[in-house]
Amino acid sequence: MLCWETVNESAIVEIRDLHYAVNSRLIFAGLDLTIARGRVTAFMGPSGTGKTTLLRLITGQTAPTSGKVLVAGTDLATLSRDGIYALRQRMGMLFQNGALLTDLDVFENVAFPLREHTRLPERLIRDLVLTKLQAVGLRGAVLLMPGELSGGMARRVALARAIIMDPEILIYDEPFVGLDPISMGVILRLIRRLNDALGITSIVVSHDVQEICSVADAVFLLSGGKVVAQGTPQQLQSSQSEIVRQFVGGLADGPVPFHYPAGDYYTELLARDEAC
Amino acid sequence: MPGELRNRLVTTLVETGAMVRFLFRILAGVPRALLRFDLVVAQVYNAGALSLVIIMLSGLFVGMVLGLQGFQLLQRFGSEEALGIAAAIGLVKELGPVVTALLFAGRAGTALASELGLMRATDQLSAMEMMAVDPVQRVVVPRFLGGIIAMPLLAAIFSMIGIYGAQLVGVQFMGVDSGSFWSQMRSGVDLVDVTEGIVKSGAFGIACSLIAVYEGYHAEPTAEGVGRATTRTVVTSAVTTLFLDYLITAMFLK
Repeated sequence: MLCWETVNESAIVEIRDLHYAVNSRLIFAGLDLTIARGRVTAFMGPSGTGKTTLLRLITGQTAPTSGKVLVAGTDLATLSRDGIYALRQRMGMLFQNGALLTDLDVFENVAFPLREHTRLPERLIRDLVLTKLQAVGLRGAVLLMPGELSGGMARRVALARAIIMDPEILIYDEPFVGLDPISMGVILRLIRRLNDALGITSIVVSHDVQEICSVADAVFLLSGGKVVAQGTPQQLQSSQSEIVRQFVGGLADGPVPFHYPAGDYYTELLARDEAC
Repeated sequence: MPGELRNRLVTTLVETGAMVRFLFRILAGVPRALLRFDLVVAQVYNAGALSLVIIMLSGLFVGMVLGLQGFQLLQRFGSEEALGIAAAIGLVKELGPVVTALLFAGRAGTALASELGLMRATDQLSAMEMMAVDPVQRVVVPRFLGGIIAMPLLAAIFSMIGIYGAQLVGVQFMGVDSGSFWSQMRSGVDLVDVTEGIVKSGAFGIACSLIAVYEGYHAEPTAEGVGRATTRTVVTSAVTTLFLDYLITAMFLK
């Protein structure tokens, strides 16, 4: 396995011996990983390996079956519901489809966390919202409703909403799904720019290997409930590991098989003929 | 078969228990929701004002049918003047609350359930949780309160329009004496009759709103799941309304 040096860097998320099962199906079996503060960290892996579940565990939306999830040094298991909510105020999350509130316009969507958590004067809320919308290039769309936005625009508005409370950690769940190349490029640049300009930690789950490798500082490849490779994008792309080569090269068959487990093909076909 | 029946009974009991727990969670959020009453007012508008046309039209037609049927029946006994009291009692105590609740479940209840279900399916509720905003507090409680406030008001409007419809048919078309129609109604309808109607519409409001927000909030986040939640809202609301109607009627029997 590749190894990424984390010397002299403080960890913002630490996962220790994490086990997680759904309906007796084991998603994670002894997962250990550390996410460094101030970096863009990407998680990749075949579908169904639990990448989104990992985000849910980091944000306290789901509790692990066993093991520890520490965010900013705090074990999530020790936090009450209010404690989790207080921690989430230090996080921002961009959902796959943006998850904008459809009954509010762009301005109110971005202002939503401020209205819920602060008693700032209207003038200041307006300035903050416009500043964040300017950062994502959508100040001109302030009066539009979510239904009037393209997929890329909706995600940028959601990004503005995610950074409105100046979070320490920004989480992106499959931010490029269904985007055209231009929108994808815009989101990619924003991930890097926001991370560096705001001094935050970015955690990105994505399948788009080349794109995410162009902005990530560190990459984790998950498969079978474990980290099978980790390192810089360059290390990952030059890896000789079969699973890494299959994933990075987009090969149909390999350690992750093309065929879903099934009985013998010919036996099944012959059995059908006999039945007819 | 008995095993299947037992399973369904257990499922129903578990579901009812979960709904009661959800009700307690909602009730815990009511004091804070009252501090942001603008959110509740918006939901009274959605559940109430937007249901007004269908309620008023239905009330008018139900009242007119009541006027026709009542007139025909009472004419046999030569007591057409009693049409006013018959229509008023029927509407205020029974038809007003029950038909309004059924219409409310069909119009506002399904809208609530599908709205919440779609919010779940499009991650809007998860996004709220991630913004450290409790979706039950912010989304469910105002909708629940909006439904509870709107329902008795709609039932009152339904009964009022219904009485007008009965008067239109009985007095204007069939020739029942206007004075007798109104005076018999005023002397025959007691406060307890009106109270029964108010209690019923309040209870139906709580039941229909709770069922709608529960089904919507717990809908499976798929198109099929939202559809199922909407259907269950109508069916469960209708059955619960009729069951509660029997219970409350029995309670008010002297």
